[in-house]
Amino acid sequence: MGYPHEPHSKETVVLSRYFGDKSARSYDGWVERGGYKALKKTLDMDPAAVIDVVKESGLRGRGGAGFPTGVKWSFMPKEKNKPHYLCCNADESEPGTFKDREIMRWTPHAMIEGCAIAQHAIQAEVTYIYIRGEFTEELAIVEQALREAYSDGVLGDDAMGSGKKLDMYIHRGAGAYICGEETALMNSIEGKRGNPRIKPPFPAAFGVFGMPTTINNVETLAVVPHIINEGAEWHNSMCLSNPKSVGTKLFSVCGHVVKPGNYEVTMGFSLGELINDLAGGMREGRTLKACIPGGSSVPILNKEETENCILDYEGCIEQGTMLGSGGVIVFDDSADMVYQIMLLARFYAHESCAQCTQCREGTAWTTRILERMLAGKGKTEDLDLLLDLADQMTGKTICVLSDSCAAPVVSGIKKFRDEFEAYINGSREPVLVHG
Amino acid sequence: MFEGAVRKQLDEVLKKYPTKQAALLPALWMVQQNKGWIPDEAMSETAEVLDVTSAYVKGVVTFYTMYHQHPVGENFVQVCTTSPCNLCGAEDVVSALLEATGCAALGETSPDGKFTVIEVECLGACGFATPILVNDDFIEDVTPKKVPEIVGKYRDGKA
Ligand SMILES: Cc1cc2nc3c(=O)[nH]c(=O)nc-3n(C[C@H](O)[C@H](O)[C@H](O)COP(=O)(O)O)c2cc1C
Ligand code: SF4
Ligand code: FES
Repeated sequence: MGYPHEPHSKETVVLSRYFGDKSARSYDGWVERGGYKALKKTLDMDPAAVIDVVKESGLRGRGGAGFPTGVKWSFMPKEKNKPHYLCCNADESEPGTFKDREIMRWTPHAMIEGCAIAQHAIQAEVTYIYIRGEFTEELAIVEQALREAYSDGVLGDDAMGSGKKLDMYIHRGAGAYICGEETALMNSIEGKRGNPRIKPPFPAAFGVFGMPTTINNVETLAVVPHIINEGAEWHNSMCLSNPKSVGTKLFSVCGHVVKPGNYEVTMGFSLGELINDLAGGMREGRTLKACIPGGSSVPILNKEETENCILDYEGCIEQGTMLGSGGVIVFDDSADMVYQIMLLARFYAHESCAQCTQCREGTAWTTRILERMLAGKGKTEDLDLLLDLADQMTGKTICVLSDSCAAPVVSGIKKFRDEFEAYINGSREPVLVHG
Repeated sequence: MFEGAVRKQLDEVLKKYPTKQAALLPALWMVQQNKGWIPDEAMSETAEVLDVTSAYVKGVVTFYTMYHQHPVGENFVQVCTTSPCNLCGAEDVVSALLEATGCAALGETSPDGKFTVIEVECLGACGFATPILVNDDFIEDVTPKKVPEIVGKYRDGKA
């Protein structure tokens, strides 16, 4: 439901049913709501059969890339001759995205149950839940839920009386967006700087501690118990548009809307409707100008594209953007797009791990050029310079953080060129940029 | 540093990982919780218990923004000013916080030593603009109007 708002009739509520309901948080509260039935069932199944169910369900990763979850799990070695690991990615730091936080806050056991099922499926004895350092409340809630899961026999040496060993530990981050990238996350667990690794080798062959590893997002894992309970077909048939995008998705809506919050809708829902209807539309007297539908790393849409955009992996690509993490940032006509794009570039410049020259230098120079433009000192050549830089930053680095910085810049210049030109030709008052 | 109860805590942490080095981030959190920041001596002690070099520990400390390499005010305030929060007025929250705490600028500690205010990137709560972190307390929906009361509570130690 649209936490912190009342549920909306157009939502399809699966993951968010208990958002805002404190009594769902405890082990007892979760079991009363049908919790841990799916895990119990799974522990009696052959791991390969669990993977098949998830494959058939059509579930795709909710962390950003949309990779089919069952297929990812099937990359793990079937023969076990080394320890296997699962990493639950709870580093949620992509600007515009705040959904995993609500899953952890209200239904920590949904995430734990999903992790335990995945752990069994990939034959991992340990799950590391990587929680960003700033999530202090979520950390305390998940710690408490894990204590309960151990003391009630869900986890430990004899998980739910199955004779199987399932251990789950929290690893707390310490302030670094890049640790959400899967290989940086593994390095961070190993006690290293959070630098992404060159791939291949891929995590399923050489992951955390050099062992076969699977990494999934919190939301991806939290759906899994529902799929086990309701069946692959139930999940696969939830679809409003393209059959390759199924299930429900949590969309975090923020920025210039009347009711920011998390809304859960079936894949294929309309972006325009999400913004204007569910999230309450623009403030009095304001009109929609632009939207970033998938977290700050994806291209910006103008008004028309926003209104035509279908919220699934293919629908977003059709409008020239991506579904990403489902963080919907809305800009009304009062937004200064040059300033906002500068803030986004500054974010990436701050968060670059600085391994790759194109990224380290590109994010910093992009920010400086935009700051100079905002200060009224921009030159006509700057727009071409920015586009050229963006080109150098795309597809050339160890991870895609560099590309992510280029995306809003390129789409921003293409769609809101007049706003950039206004700063350059002096028809717009310079603004003071601090920091 | 790693003696008595803290050593016990570290021993518990070490059980979670197949290598000693993996306990570095948790160990640094322990240092910061006990000392308020991470001085060079503590880095050396951490290096020693985890069988890595001090230089290695420093390399890790400097990578992660939440580890303090200098002492900070009694109350450490982090305000999100990334685009979504900026759209919702985060700049005014920053100004109100600087005024109410008496900090001359971002990153500087107030003359009474009670506060340090810094700007941070997205706190993962963009729908609750503007979120701030005061020490370990995550506070949502902060507006300039609410700032004096929040700051007052921490100044008086009543939060
Ligand atoms: C710079 C960067 C930051 C990322 N941050 C996150 C994050 O905070 N949370 C997340 O789940 N995935 C994040 N990802 C995606 C992960 O690398 C990975 O694809 C994902 O966790 C896989 O889970 P899924 O298959 O369940 O989506 C990020 C990727 C990049 C390149
Ligand atoms: S692209 Fe940027 S963040 Fe990614 S590895 Fe290279 S320098 Fe680091
Ligand atoms: S942008 Fe401020 S919390 Fe995300």
